[in-house]
Amino acid sequence: MSEGPAIGRDEWVARADEIIERHRLLGLADRVPGWARLLAFVVAVAAIPLITDDGYVNSVVFDTLVFCLLALGLNVAVGWGGLLDLGYIAFFGFGAYTYAILSSDKFGLHLTSPLVLVIVLVLGALLGFLVGLPSWRLVGDYLAIVTLFAYQIFISVVTNGHDLFGVDLTGGVNGISNLDPFDVFGFELPVSHRGIFNSNYVYVALVLFVAVFGALHLINHSRIGRAWRALREDTLAAELMGMPTDWLKLLAFAFGASVAAMTGSLFASLKIGVFPETFSLTLLITVYAMLILGGVGSQTGAVLGAVVVYVFLEALRNADVSGWVFYLAVVLALLYLLRPRWMVGVVLAATVAFGFVAHAVAGAIDESWTAGAPPDAGAVTRALDVWVAIPASPGDAKPVAYVVLIALLLVSTVVTGVWRYALLVPTLYLAAFVWETVLAPQPDVTRFALLGALLVGIMITRPWGILGERRVEIV
Amino acid sequence: MDYDKLFQTVVNSATLGSTYALIALGYTMVYGILKLLNFAHGDVFMIGAYVGLGVLTAAGGPLDPSFSPWLVLVLMALAAMAACALLGVSIERFAYRPLRDAPRITPLISALGVSFFLSNSAQLLFGAEHRTYDTFNIAGGKLYEPAVTLGSFSISWLRVITVVSAIVLMVVLWYLVTRTRIGKAMRATAIDRDAAAMMGIDIDRVIMFAFLLAGGLAGAAGVLFALRTDLFPQMGFTPGLFAFTAAVIGGIGSIPGAMLGGYLLGTVEALTVTYVTVWVGLPVGLSNFVIFSLLIVFMLFRPQGILGRPEIRKV
Repeated sequence: MSEGPAIGRDEWVARADEIIERHRLLGLADRVPGWARLLAFVVAVAAIPLITDDGYVNSVVFDTLVFCLLALGLNVAVGWGGLLDLGYIAFFGFGAYTYAILSSDKFGLHLTSPLVLVIVLVLGALLGFLVGLPSWRLVGDYLAIVTLFAYQIFISVVTNGHDLFGVDLTGGVNGISNLDPFDVFGFELPVSHRGIFNSNYVYVALVLFVAVFGALHLINHSRIGRAWRALREDTLAAELMGMPTDWLKLLAFAFGASVAAMTGSLFASLKIGVFPETFSLTLLITVYAMLILGGVGSQTGAVLGAVVVYVFLEALRNADVSGWVFYLAVVLALLYLLRPRWMVGVVLAATVAFGFVAHAVAGAIDESWTAGAPPDAGAVTRALDVWVAIPASPGDAKPVAYVVLIALLLVSTVVTGVWRYALLVPTLYLAAFVWETVLAPQPDVTRFALLGALLVGIMITRPWGILGERRVEIV
Repeated sequence: MDYDKLFQTVVNSATLGSTYALIALGYTMVYGILKLLNFAHGDVFMIGAYVGLGVLTAAGGPLDPSFSPWLVLVLMALAAMAACALLGVSIERFAYRPLRDAPRITPLISALGVSFFLSNSAQLLFGAEHRTYDTFNIAGGKLYEPAVTLGSFSISWLRVITVVSAIVLMVVLWYLVTRTRIGKAMRATAIDRDAAAMMGIDIDRVIMFAFLLAGGLAGAAGVLFALRTDLFPQMGFTPGLFAFTAAVIGGIGSIPGAMLGGYLLGTVEALTVTYVTVWVGLPVGLSNFVIFSLLIVFMLFRPQGILGRPEIRKV
């Protein structure tokens, strides 16, 4: 890709040779049939509430399933249809608000949840048709920007929906509270059972997950699924083959929207209320990161990406765990990027040595430069206190260190040979410093900054994700 | 008819439009050359506003500057322009250049990632709370005093400075693009990148130059914008989206189009906030609803914009 403009070379032919290399482990996973992978996943998830009755763990499992569903839905429009839909979260929000309106004290409606799901399925598909309509005239980034406008309209309506020509529809910024819990024809599932999270919600989500996964799998292997892929690879050629491309685009939008809307209803049934700020762009980027990491176009990939990213994001929240996750991720990234592999050991050993020297020098110059970690820090931070020089009040050092770290990381991607290894040593030490002073104390921001960086990193190193479909695209 | 209100709306349109035009130029230059919707541009603009705040604080703050407040304002703008130009160039070098020949969706997602990374990094470093330049205290409130008085109407210094500096920057840009060698190379690259490369134009340098200019304009726009509003890490999103739309309305890839679109969108926003919502009877908060609905309709019927040429799809 870095050879400059490929003049006189047929891009199509050039790209056809570009075979996505798969790791041995992934090759092994390929040989396991799809139904067996799904079964293994379902059994594993279903077993968790049986093993532990920890409410937190079970609620994380539930949220992970919600994200799996969202990633599966996004995969329809983005992965199969090749349509960049930046308004996707609006469908999720639409489903949640519809549940809130149909099943709360707001309008005195208390419909049973399966009925709500069916209504949301239909309305979501209609909304998908509507938002997808511009795809008849617009493609690519123009379509992306119009869907982003649609999302803005959704947010604007929801935020100001407490006074739509005198009608209070959405409760404005206060949202809608006191939603009914999920119920099946009168048989209610209370949100918390004896004060802890009701693990039955995991099973409700799992049932919906299996239904959606199976339905989408069947569609993907039907005429429509094949037509979608043709549409994605070359819309013009597909049209010339007689495929109704306009309707296929709408179908892709509608299927994605229905899945997102149903997921929204499921999500709302568990939460106390629905509020505009839940449906933020952060959520959109998170779902995109999941799908892209897992592999655009692959259902297994979407689920894998959702599980990895969500567990990663949750782990970063917890001070005791986040340190482990961060340092482990650094080592894994080095193992993935550095060749030969034994250089990783050399670099890490040099970093450790460098750290002790730096710590000693900093301590000798001024005691307060190594004054140490805050008392509420996690176990890893306390353990590393002898190695990372953490000043008593980092203050201005924080932004400088952060910017220098990013600069060093970027430079280390362009320098080659021994310089790269030499540069990596101070970079890694600085990374530890920045982690301990800037990143670890603000987990809620850090995890999303890392997500953004991850998105760029995947796009550059492996745009097809872990399990993405091999595709030949005409540029 | 309330003429004072109308006059204020017009002045407001010009001020808003100036900022949008400056940001829109960055989108349009990059899009013209790379065919890339640079989502991170709005966040570069946000970083510019924070750099301005940093210079203001370093100079002793608005109440007690160590030297002339006018000089401080100039320094703020220059520092922001320099920092953002550097930021823009590094983003191009590290996040977009490796993806130059990739399918168009790939750099777009990379741009989303950069945008997300920048706004969260700003929050990590500067905090989520809203900050302000405290413009009311810069030069003892001089910025809010009328600079021009026409009968009963008056325009404050703040608005005059915003509009005039935006116009000066646009004239400089116009000169660079139409009268210099690198400007000519830029235009050639925008028309056909491969052909330009065959004519011996250093494409990498041209693209870098486009990002440099785009970043510089965004930095200036950030300082000008933050003189009138709060600073917060997500402040780049809405102006960025509006400015991109301005570029699209004017005709993406077209430099005069971006300026026209910027002022047009500023006018639409100012008019919608003051008048349209009142006529229709919508709550003011729903002005975004009206603006975005109009934009979707416009995009559907004239995606090539006012001054742009329709993109011909080649088989």
